[in-house]
Amino acid sequence: MPLWLFFFLGTLAVLAALGVILQSNPVHCLLALAVNLLDVGVIFIGLGAVTIGLLQIIIYVGAILVLFLFVIWLLNLQAEGFSGYLGLKFFGAIGAAALAAELAAIFWRAAPISRLVTAPAGQGSIYSLGRALFSDYLVAFEVTSILLLATVVGAIGLARRIPSSAGQFERTGAGVPKPGET
Amino acid sequence: MTPINYFMVLSGILFAIGVVGVLIRSNIIVMFMSIELMINAVNLAFIALGRRIGSIDGQVIVFFAITVAAAEAAVGLGIIISLFRNRATVNADELKLLHW
Repeated sequence: MPLWLFFFLGTLAVLAALGVILQSNPVHCLLALAVNLLDVGVIFIGLGAVTIGLLQIIIYVGAILVLFLFVIWLLNLQAEGFSGYLGLKFFGAIGAAALAAELAAIFWRAAPISRLVTAPAGQGSIYSLGRALFSDYLVAFEVTSILLLATVVGAIGLARRIPSSAGQFERTGAGVPKPGET
Repeated sequence: MTPINYFMVLSGILFAIGVVGVLIRSNIIVMFMSIELMINAVNLAFIALGRRIGSIDGQVIVFFAITVAAAEAAVGLGIIISLFRNRATVNADELKLLHW
């Protein structure tokens, strides 16, 4: 990946990430997160992982963030400023900035790796990814499908409404019954 | 051609921005988005290092990480919806039933 392209994409990713954490309207935060994930997807494609980059754009931006957006709209969240324990949050931000500086310093001083190992032609294509998934990582693949089944069952069980027998009060799947109720 | 440690620096910066987001925001949906930022930063590190050593394993791990993040987002948002229906707030500072 050319250096100018990396700096452009990297600056865009950092600006979008700052936009996620600093904006007050949750929908604006979500749109900034979409820019960040798209940007990192493009970086994946630039690094040769074409299938993973496109999957990130399809699954992460196209499904997960849309789910986030539906939930924000369902709950009708409004813009809000910073509230709560502001002193603690300030010191937390200082600590996390120290973490960023430490990580950057460690990775900056690592030996610069200009000559990459020559990757086999077609690595990053869906053929090579599929061949690795279905041979070396088959057990993890099957367990992931069971995980998704458990996710579907859990999410429906948590978020559904249960009409009570009296019909007056609706409870959610995760609601705690009051004493005397079933 | 950019050195791979530039990608690692970018991954570290994005991860730290995600940590800041979890610490300073009180809206739990924005905290959740910051967690997704952290997962994304680690995925970038995996892909970059996998490209460095010429292995497909980095991409396979990211494949599973994206899938697990999708599952976690679905269940987490279901919890948030359920919480909102019972408590009518998504402010983490007000959700303190277990606080002493």
